[in-house]
Amino acid sequence: MSNSSIEYIKKELSPKVRTIGSALFVAGLIIVVLGYITDPVRSAYNNIVGLTFLISVGVGSLFLLTLEYVAGAVWSTPFRRVTEFLAANIYLIPLLAIPLLLNVNTIFQWTHPEPADKTLINKAPYLNVTFFIVRVALFWLIWLCFYFFISKNSVKQDTSRDQSLTKLNIKLSTIFIPLFAITISFAAIDWLMSLSPKWFSTIFGVYYFSGTVLAALAAGTIFIVLLNEKGYFVKGLSSNHYYSLGALLFAFTNFWAYIAFSQYLLIWYANLPEETTWFIVRWQGSWKIISIGLVFVHFLIPYFGLLSQPSKMNPKRLLWMSGWILFAHYYDLYWMTMPNFGKDGVVLGWIELGFPLLIAGLIMLVFNFKAKSQNLVSIGDPKLKRGIDFRL
Amino acid sequence: MMSEKILYSYTGIFDTPDQIIHATEKAVEAGYTKYDVNTPYPLHGMDKAMKLKPSKLGYVALVFGLSGTLATILTIWWMSAIDYPIVIGGKPLFSFPAYVPIVFEVTVLSAAIMTVVSMLFFFFKLPNNSHPLHGTEYMKKVSADKYGISIQADDPKFNESSVKKFLESVHASEIIPIYWDEEEVNHKNKILEPKFIIFLLVVAVITSGVTYFSFNQLMYMVPFNWMMDQPKLSAQQQSPVFADGFGMRQPVAGTIARGDMIYQFTGQPDLAGVKLVNPIPISKESLQLGQVKFDIYCSPCHGYNADGASRLRGQFPNPPSLHSDKVRNWSDGRIFAVVTEGQNTMPSYSSQLSFDERWAVINYLRALQRALNAKESDVQ
Repeated sequence: MSNSSIEYIKKELSPKVRTIGSALFVAGLIIVVLGYITDPVRSAYNNIVGLTFLISVGVGSLFLLTLEYVAGAVWSTPFRRVTEFLAANIYLIPLLAIPLLLNVNTIFQWTHPEPADKTLINKAPYLNVTFFIVRVALFWLIWLCFYFFISKNSVKQDTSRDQSLTKLNIKLSTIFIPLFAITISFAAIDWLMSLSPKWFSTIFGVYYFSGTVLAALAAGTIFIVLLNEKGYFVKGLSSNHYYSLGALLFAFTNFWAYIAFSQYLLIWYANLPEETTWFIVRWQGSWKIISIGLVFVHFLIPYFGLLSQPSKMNPKRLLWMSGWILFAHYYDLYWMTMPNFGKDGVVLGWIELGFPLLIAGLIMLVFNFKAKSQNLVSIGDPKLKRGIDFRL
Repeated sequence: MMSEKILYSYTGIFDTPDQIIHATEKAVEAGYTKYDVNTPYPLHGMDKAMKLKPSKLGYVALVFGLSGTLATILTIWWMSAIDYPIVIGGKPLFSFPAYVPIVFEVTVLSAAIMTVVSMLFFFFKLPNNSHPLHGTEYMKKVSADKYGISIQADDPKFNESSVKKFLESVHASEIIPIYWDEEEVNHKNKILEPKFIIFLLVVAVITSGVTYFSFNQLMYMVPFNWMMDQPKLSAQQQSPVFADGFGMRQPVAGTIARGDMIYQFTGQPDLAGVKLVNPIPISKESLQLGQVKFDIYCSPCHGYNADGASRLRGQFPNPPSLHSDKVRNWSDGRIFAVVTEGQNTMPSYSSQLSFDERWAVINYLRALQRALNAKESDVQ
């Protein structure tokens, strides 16, 4: 259409991204390897936190990407590539999943149920190692396929300027979203809920989903704000775009709190022994501090940090809050996973540092790698002009 | 004639949104402060052109939202922990998680209502329903397909000729002066007029009077009270028919409820053990009934296996095992006496279990005892 009037000159990312990314990656890798040597079980639990965090960023980004297509949103088109690059982290999921699949017997109680344990025996048709691996592989393939084709079409559009590619992506996205709903719920059940295999919460999939979208949004916002402030995108992106990002972060912060509280309230109210165990474990000893902290870290601080209108438009505030929300999501996953390992009290040491560093490094390296070969702006997208002109 | 009228403002009409935004920017540059822009729909970028500060309405929402939160917490706390304390579901009297949904709803409700109300009355000045621009040719145009700016005469920089010149310089397609209506000039605040206040008072008196009369008087008059006046006796009512004045009567002495029996051995458990014989033969139905009743009434203290390992163990003197030689050697009638009258800490279960049910429980207990002390012959 009138995209010819948009000036976009591709700039190379600063070499700092690669240096910092590699440094974080190497540091993380060393700690992880040392951790696996000294305490394999504890490292495996950390590995789950890391893996689910990577799924959150990668698959969550793919969800945001498809959501833009399905909803026909224009405001996010100028920086949709950032979300696409982050979704490329889906490639790395096996990297973190394979060590876990090798250790599956040490962390998942359901892999070796006692013969007298009727509950676990009855759950065995779903919770068994073979089917578990099949599910992990299948979900990964679904995510990968959709990422691959949607991203390929989007990149192709840069040169061909073919509008039918957008339509094709809308179709793909429409198929993906229901699949996403199913796969992300079952992934949450498989990786997180089955850690305490006798406990169940029907809202758990949604709970993980709400954190997933938050993490993907926050990771995207960090890159978008940093790159836009340094002029890597096209000119004309204004506080209106920032406001939309901030409003989404704010909305999903509330959504997370709503879901988290719904889960807690029903279990607290009904007070059934088979449901309350999960929270009782997290209310024991020093875990209580982490549990109460979750309310502040994941809800109150981001809530008041993003409440006012100017704070959603201020790039600096947005950057800080996004970083905080990423931390909060990691904190949330840690809170869900680690009490299964250390039932007496908080487990926190140098081993816990490995996976966050590793993943931060990986995300930066993947972003750097993608930014080298592809444009940072989808210049062939028919919605781009409208996206730049977007005003609230 | 015209000169007698008082000028309210000079208005300029424009054909495109770009023109009006340009004109607004120029008006701000020229230093006009008392002006307004009228457009048929909200224009993007107009806030910026007018250099408007962000609306204060958000703070109203915040303040009233938070006061809703606080008021609700205090209300529920006072109601459920102070004024009418009832333990619900074994939870503490002040159990915050249960309040959160209500607190949340009231927060949203009070923020929403007060935002709208203060928007209407405080920001829009609602009781005031007249404005010099109402009913003018200018207003007709800017509420259809034109865009207009109105620079008021009370602006310190206002000067008829210079404003006219300014509007021409920004290419207004039409320039119309707006005058005050005579009525509006002579407008007085009618809310405080005695007539209006008396009218309000009369309405208030009539409304409350009619309400009081219909709910407190009319309902008790013939024919509206016909449903209330019934000759039958309600529970707990007095009755002059009986000497003692009670409306509710005791059953005639010696009455036995259907399916019930009289227990003749009160205070004589040993006699009961000798004289009472279990009339219920052991059958699958009897054992199943016994199990259901045993699990409900007996197992909390005696345990599901009657061995005393119960879920209440440790909270009061532990009940002895029912597998002791003493109990096993008791006759059915002796156990029946304990179930009926209670023993030591154990209360009577005669109101919970009917005669047949008591016998069924005893049958089931015998099965439990035999399971733990099986004879050689039972295995075959």
